[in-house]
Amino acid sequence: MADAILTMSGISKAFPGVIALQDVNFRLFPGEVHALMGENGAGKSTLIKVLTGVYPIDEGDIVLDGRPVRFASPLQAQQGGVSTVYQEVNLCPNLSVAENVFIGREPRLFGRIQWGAMRRRSRELLAQLDLDIDVSQLLGSYSLAIQQMVAIARAIDISAKVLILDEPTSSLDVNEVARLFEVVRQLKQQGLAIIFVTHFLDQVYEISDRITVLRNGRLVGEYATRDLPQIDLVSAMIGKALDVLERLEEQPKRSLSALEASEPVLAATELGRKGSIEPFQLAIHKGEVVGLAGLLGSGRTELARLLFGADRPDHGSVTVDGQPTAIRTPRAAMAHDIAFCSENRRTEGLVEDLTVRENIILALQAVRGWTKPIPRKRQEELVDKYIKALQIRPDNPELPVRNLSGGNQQKVMLARWLITEPRLLILDEPTRGIDVGAKAEIQRLVVELSDGGMAVLFISAELEEVLRLSHKVAVLRDRRLVDELANDDSLDADRVMQTIASGARA
Amino acid sequence: MSDIRGALQRVSRHNLFWPALALVLLVVANVIYRPGFVKIEMLQGHLYGSLVDILRQSAPLIIIALGMTLVIATGGIDLSVGSVVAIGGAVAVSYVSGLDDQNSVGGVLVACLLAAAVGAAFGLWNGILVAGIGIAPIIATLILMVAGRGIAQLITEGQIITINSAPYKLLGAGFWLTLPFALFIAAALILLTALLTRRTALGMFVESVGGNAEASRLAGIRSRRFILLVYVFSGFCAGTAGLLATSDVSAADGNQAGLYWELDAILAVVIGGTSLAGGRFSLGGTVLGAIFIKTLTTTVYSMGINPQQALLFKALVVILVCLIQSPQFRETVAGSWRRRRRRPEPPAAPAEHPKVEVPA
Repeated sequence: MADAILTMSGISKAFPGVIALQDVNFRLFPGEVHALMGENGAGKSTLIKVLTGVYPIDEGDIVLDGRPVRFASPLQAQQGGVSTVYQEVNLCPNLSVAENVFIGREPRLFGRIQWGAMRRRSRELLAQLDLDIDVSQLLGSYSLAIQQMVAIARAIDISAKVLILDEPTSSLDVNEVARLFEVVRQLKQQGLAIIFVTHFLDQVYEISDRITVLRNGRLVGEYATRDLPQIDLVSAMIGKALDVLERLEEQPKRSLSALEASEPVLAATELGRKGSIEPFQLAIHKGEVVGLAGLLGSGRTELARLLFGADRPDHGSVTVDGQPTAIRTPRAAMAHDIAFCSENRRTEGLVEDLTVRENIILALQAVRGWTKPIPRKRQEELVDKYIKALQIRPDNPELPVRNLSGGNQQKVMLARWLITEPRLLILDEPTRGIDVGAKAEIQRLVVELSDGGMAVLFISAELEEVLRLSHKVAVLRDRRLVDELANDDSLDADRVMQTIASGARA
Repeated sequence: MSDIRGALQRVSRHNLFWPALALVLLVVANVIYRPGFVKIEMLQGHLYGSLVDILRQSAPLIIIALGMTLVIATGGIDLSVGSVVAIGGAVAVSYVSGLDDQNSVGGVLVACLLAAAVGAAFGLWNGILVAGIGIAPIIATLILMVAGRGIAQLITEGQIITINSAPYKLLGAGFWLTLPFALFIAAALILLTALLTRRTALGMFVESVGGNAEASRLAGIRSRRFILLVYVFSGFCAGTAGLLATSDVSAADGNQAGLYWELDAILAVVIGGTSLAGGRFSLGGTVLGAIFIKTLTTTVYSMGINPQQALLFKALVVILVCLIQSPQFRETVAGSWRRRRRRPEPPAAPAEHPKVEVPA
């Protein structure tokens, strides 16, 4: 094998109260796709951030292309040959595609930007990725997948040594992922070294050559992908054999007809909103888990937002416990004990300035009003209880929530709503971008809550997850609820996919 | 040794460390220039000295900066406070001037309530423009900043009204229990604001709305209500400060009262460590920031710099203080200093791209 293009050795990094990385080694070779795996809080993101100069390193050495380096900023890292494409695309949606590709390094002639050259070169670059789009349009007018490709085009044009893809596929649908992988294979052929961070095990096996596993800030091992069976990878990541998921499968499901005998907690009749989702019928009963299946952009989130009053419906009606009511604001929904965990933790969920404790009590306090603060002692009891129950780490309630990893932030969101003791919990992609262990915990929690009588609306892009948890599955396609399938023995992923594909009742 | 270092680190991480340090350095600089600066004397049962004087002059600025802090924490800004100071002062002074007995305590109390209430009413106007109609705060409050001067002139009918009222004079220029009375008013308002924000959930909601408005809405917080409330509070503070501003000179001058105070108030908030982007706020920092600004103003004048150039000098100091508060700036400076000391040493990075080394 050729010499490593990147060697990180003995890397350590501590934050106040947390040791994020301890003596971690990492090697990357040209022309390989190297998957960086680990649970939330294992140190993947930190490793990438110390490599790209977002954080300074406490100890350790980085050798890039035979020379010792230590980047002070992502910009320097880019100039040195290391580019990152993040999970949330960090380009400017309000600028054109061409401007985004060349932002900060526009081709100039006597200080004047050469727009023509910029557009031409952007087109050429994107053509290399088999992408033929109008580069003078605003970036925001394209889908997330295309935005991601633009980010990659920009990254490889700036530096052609190391490309880091941090959770690039979590917002993409199946076809988009396939397309992205074609691009990745092509780049690999060209000798680029690619670090790939993801939580999707299937994708790791599809695309990567080698795997490095981290756990609790330490290196577990470096493996060739073909020599590491999936089950061994999972146990390397979580440090113990994982059988929670299997046990979930074996649990007998309560029968749908028994669940649906009672008055629904929430029933929507012809509820809809122009441009977001066409009028639909949906009833959710006590103790029932209703799954929403459909491709990205099929209207899953829009449907949930209408039920919670996050958007105002302009059509149809809603009953709660059989009583007609109007849910036009989140507060109105909360008054009926409805809770909603948004899929966008950062923009619609957490207040990153506030501490874990404040984020957890926020919704409950909002219901009580500002004049009746929850006594500090009661706050601490509640927060401690949920930090323990959901195993939020680090378990310090006074840390700013932005210091937590994605999975733990998701648990903070869940805790916020669970302490309001909702009767209907709407979970929009609660397991996106989090690791296997936390995923299993959240799935188990959903089963427990529904056993305890809570109604749950569960939205996920992963069909298996929806099928594992739901009593019935509502299928969406092109912003329309096309069918409702009882999750009995005859239902499997194939049938759901057929329904999505045909858009007709199966 | 390591204990001391640890303690130092903890202290330097406290959110009041930098504003406090800036204030201490400024006082030390004054003492070096003029050793009598910290001298405090007892004269006729009152405390006299530069420090007491600075504190007294800080009182109205502290008061409007409190309201400004909450407004800025929601991600807004209130440019109208200077004009509301003039309006509040004009309302109170013209009421007192119309009294049969200008020395009546009851009459002056009514004047105080009037000023505060009128301030709050104008705050409500700002709040409706921002929270109700959705006008950007800087524009919405700019309206009243400009129009407010005219309103103050209307109230005083274009004249400078002067009064001769002992109780009114007490508010801004008198003494009580050896200390300037204005300090008690400022202290009471600091206490009120602290109780209002930290003993209820108001402070958390304000920080939440300023930190992430959409997430707050989805958590069931009625953002508009709180945004409206902070503008009302800011108006209330400005109206109250108008009392002190006019009491000092026993006159209401619609043109000059509170002129450019909004800028000092915003600076005080920023120096106190509250981000202009909204989110976390620090009342203690704001109070220190306000005192810092007034000390700086006094320093500049006492050094004999003429008033036109004084503004420039003040601006330079403020820039410096704001820069020092930024962790990135401190690290860059410390890093380049350390690098210079360590030379000669082989470059840590490829030579074609000069790297700034960050301290580990």
